[in-house]
Amino acid sequence: MTTLTIDPTSTDLDIDRPRGGAFAAQVRHSVALARRSLIKTIRTPEALIDVTLQPVIFLLLFTYIFGGALSGGDRHSYLQYLLPGLLAQSLAMGGIALGQNLNADIEKGVFDRFRSLPVARSAPLVGAVAADIVRYLTVCVVMLGFGTIMGFRIETGFLPAVAAVALAIGFGLSFCWISVWVGMLVRTSGAVQGVMFLLIFPLSFGSNVFVQSNTLPGWLQAFVHVNPITPLVNTIRGLLVGGPVAGPLWQTLAWMAGLLVVFVPLALRAYARRA
Amino acid sequence: MTDLVVRAEGLRKRFGKTQALDGVDLAMRRGTVLGVLGPNGAGKTTAVRVLATLLRPDEGYAEVAGIDVLEHPQRVRRRIGLTGQYASVDEDLTGTQNLVLIGQLLDLTTRDARKRAAELLEWFDLSEAAGRQAKTYSGGMRRRLDLAASLVGRPEVIFLDEPTTGLDPAKREDMWGVVRTQITQGSSVLLTTQYLEEADALADEIVVINKGRVIAHDTPDGLKRRVGGLTLRVRPADPRRVPDALRVLDLVASPGNSASADTAAGARPGAVSVPVADDTALDIVVPALRQAGIEVNDLGLHLPSLDEVFHALTEDAPLEAELV
Repeated sequence: MTTLTIDPTSTDLDIDRPRGGAFAAQVRHSVALARRSLIKTIRTPEALIDVTLQPVIFLLLFTYIFGGALSGGDRHSYLQYLLPGLLAQSLAMGGIALGQNLNADIEKGVFDRFRSLPVARSAPLVGAVAADIVRYLTVCVVMLGFGTIMGFRIETGFLPAVAAVALAIGFGLSFCWISVWVGMLVRTSGAVQGVMFLLIFPLSFGSNVFVQSNTLPGWLQAFVHVNPITPLVNTIRGLLVGGPVAGPLWQTLAWMAGLLVVFVPLALRAYARRA
Repeated sequence: MTDLVVRAEGLRKRFGKTQALDGVDLAMRRGTVLGVLGPNGAGKTTAVRVLATLLRPDEGYAEVAGIDVLEHPQRVRRRIGLTGQYASVDEDLTGTQNLVLIGQLLDLTTRDARKRAAELLEWFDLSEAAGRQAKTYSGGMRRRLDLAASLVGRPEVIFLDEPTTGLDPAKREDMWGVVRTQITQGSSVLLTTQYLEEADALADEIVVINKGRVIAHDTPDGLKRRVGGLTLRVRPADPRRVPDALRVLDLVASPGNSASADTAAGARPGAVSVPVADDTALDIVVPALRQAGIEVNDLGLHLPSLDEVFHALTEDAPLEAELV
């Protein structure tokens, strides 16, 4: 049993220095933890319903049930209008599962083990968020793929479309920190969904996702203008079907930065406090 | 270097209205097992969480492996292993993936992490299940994997929070074997338990916690002696002879005591026992039983069981005050 022998020199200061420096260690730990989340995602494909079936159902529902009425019978042009907007809504919703999973992990005690290891406090959260890239990419691929079958056409070109997907994923990665924060605060994973729906439905319906904002009453238009979903939808629309991009893009990037600046520290602090 | 590998002074922690820790002092010598014993809600888990850097106390000082837990938690984390009350393995990952992840987080190279994972899986008899998701494991296998996970970094100090809760007796003894092996290899183990039998079997010293306070700290035998002296117990082969046996045992009762039918928790009925001053009682009782023609199945001198000690310590307030 020589393999299990404790090294008597293990109290040397050497072991206090992470291999390759603190930053390299944090990146390595986050990648290892992201890999864990990815394995879990692959092992439980049913957990991808919210980024596959759910957006498709919204797409079908709004195109074929409401689309005719909303656009005066021209379903195709409504689909061209709707899909970029729904993409934004689906990305915001795609982050809900992350908060739920983190909440469940903490309840089960899995995170106690991570906390008892010499890794940065943020590594488990950063790793989990990084792994969510796969889910947001899935949303984009599914919606653009299924939308194409329904008749959606990208009217700009390949590069703008890639830029739209990249921006959408980036927004998802910023927005999901709200869900992470909520996941740290509430007691059960079910409550994460409740809280996030309360937040996301006003944001997605009180925006230009489904209808043009000039059809709304004045006070609601005011809300639409300060809603972070609105510039995101405008940018993605511009990049997929044409229209102004630069203005809404800057607004979107500013929102993303703002979300990160506010919610990353809030989430980390709530995680540290959660005993 | 100090001989104490865990040292805590005056730990206090309040959760809302509950004073989980109300001034806890702990000391564990290097290379020993310290059993922390107490009823549910006594503060055992809270104490372990403070020592394992998961929880900051409101007040107090704690040191693990000579390092201040509050000042240098990361340095402490490199030297400890923790197995929580609930098996905290990741159910979607395989046994190997669980252990490799821990190794990577402990800064082993992926190659070393794999090697260490394979070693531990073999040692814990999980090699065959190594490639299966942990959710397919039985309760005992999960516990073993959980324990293996806490040993990946060859920790100096191992914290085991109720490691055998919910295990059947055979699995429990396997776990005890693992703990003893860790000690022979130079680790120190702090374990909490509700099973007095477990503390008796494993611990070099026992700390009894109740309502957030340490009410006793001693060796298992020392604790037993503090609560009561020796007891002589006899089981007549013929249960009808119990009254006769009582009369015989009364001959050797220590002052102020008398023989009684055995009603200790978990005792099989039909035995009689009596508190005695010392082992010379045997010299009187054995011939007396013979003379009275009472055949016995069992006869012996016992220190009080830890059950008795525990009840005396946690329920008897005056005694508690006396011992502290």
